Amino acid sequence: MAHVLEQGDTTLTETGAAQVSGLIGSLDPRIRILAAIGFGIVVVGLSSLNALCAAMLLSAALLWASRLPLGPTLKRMAMMDGFIIFMLVLLPFSIPGDPIFTLWGFAASWQGLWRAVEIALTANAVILALMTLVGTMEPVTLGHALYKMRVPEILVHLLMFTIRYIEVLREEYLRLRSAMKVRGFRPGTNWHTYRSFGYLVGMMLVRAIERSERILGAMKCRGFSGRIYLLKDFALTAADRRFSLIFVIAMALLICLELAWR
Amino acid sequence: MHIVDGALSNTVVIVGAVAAAGGIAMGLRSLTLERIPTAGVLSASFFVASLIYVPVGPSSVHLIMNGLAGILLGWAAFPALFVGLLLQAIFFGFGGLTVLGVNTVNIALPAVVVGLILRRLVASGTPVAGAIWAGIGGALAIALTTGVVAISLAASGDEFIPAAKLVFFAHIPVMVIEGLLTGFAILLARKVKPELFETVKGVHA
Repeated sequence: MAHVLEQGDTTLTETGAAQVSGLIGSLDPRIRILAAIGFGIVVVGLSSLNALCAAMLLSAALLWASRLPLGPTLKRMAMMDGFIIFMLVLLPFSIPGDPIFTLWGFAASWQGLWRAVEIALTANAVILALMTLVGTMEPVTLGHALYKMRVPEILVHLLMFTIRYIEVLREEYLRLRSAMKVRGFRPGTNWHTYRSFGYLVGMMLVRAIERSERILGAMKCRGFSGRIYLLKDFALTAADRRFSLIFVIAMALLICLELAWR
Repeated sequence: MHIVDGALSNTVVIVGAVAAAGGIAMGLRSLTLERIPTAGVLSASFFVASLIYVPVGPSSVHLIMNGLAGILLGWAAFPALFVGLLLQAIFFGFGGLTVLGVNTVNIALPAVVVGLILRRLVASGTPVAGAIWAGIGGALAIALTTGVVAISLAASGDEFIPAAKLVFFAHIPVMVIEGLLTGFAILLARKVKPELFETVKGVHA
């Protein structure tokens, strides 16, 4: 996944960093999480091409409203397509039906092609909506919103710890890698490379555990009792209600479109 | 090895979600207040490990290290790996939303199985013996993961059987590499910080 992160790119937004404003940014985080889940469930249930194209357009509209940078976001979406491309390419050959063409004796079918297009549209629409609705949140806000939505406290703690330390540990990893590099380490397909990478992972884990001991000490010193304290309360505004109403209508339209073109 | 939205049948998605919820609940029960920082920092470490690319011939693979997660965290590997997958989906767009349960089970169940079987063997004996068991565990976890991925694809429809086979065979080099790296990682940890395997045991309790 390293190729997703470019030079100077951080893994997640920093706490307190300037937030992407725009229509989506000002909405209640809980509404955004619920909207993403609702969208996911509805779109996975769709199967007609018209409805799926409409869902894709809706995701694109959300992307526009979120004011996320277009290029990098679409590039990340394309990364995911890179992973599933093999499965999609195989589908026309593994679903029997009316042939389009034959390749080395294997027939590609129209039914298989449509199924592949359907999966690609669903996957892209849902992941784009998730990235624009939830991915634009400050990670700590995400944790607090999930806690407000009655996600178990310990799971929220785990999520917030992970978010907090991913960037710290990634910097440590990059430090270790540059230390290897200045000693002339060049990765290749050989025993030495695998041993070095193994030691690298081992060293990262040992340091991570030692770090966690220090964190626990520091937290205990400040009276950690496992409670989550919210810095600000969430409240629904008129804009949240308007967005929810429009979103529910859009979902209903998607379902109507699906039923009409079945 | 992420599965995306829209590919699996509803039954598989629901079974996956229920199983993942059960596994996460088991994992959370084993996490006491004292263990939250360790599990959280390890969860972040495994997220960072998945950013590491290792060369294999002309290509490269990224690490998964779920066997190592299972050995170190036991049942707590379930919520820890779930959190990693959730963040990958939200912030990187990897995987999907409705398939989060299935993806969690595919990665975390093999981790827990390997952890429960091999934990004692890895922690006892000489460091080299422990490392060899860990290596077996690392390879086994990937083999099991591809197996479960193949099952979830095949259970969704016969049309995915070629893709399921492809997933399995494409991951044979990954199994070898994960095995080697897990072994060496444990070898280093056993030598540098032998008491780690005493402290970590508390997570499983």
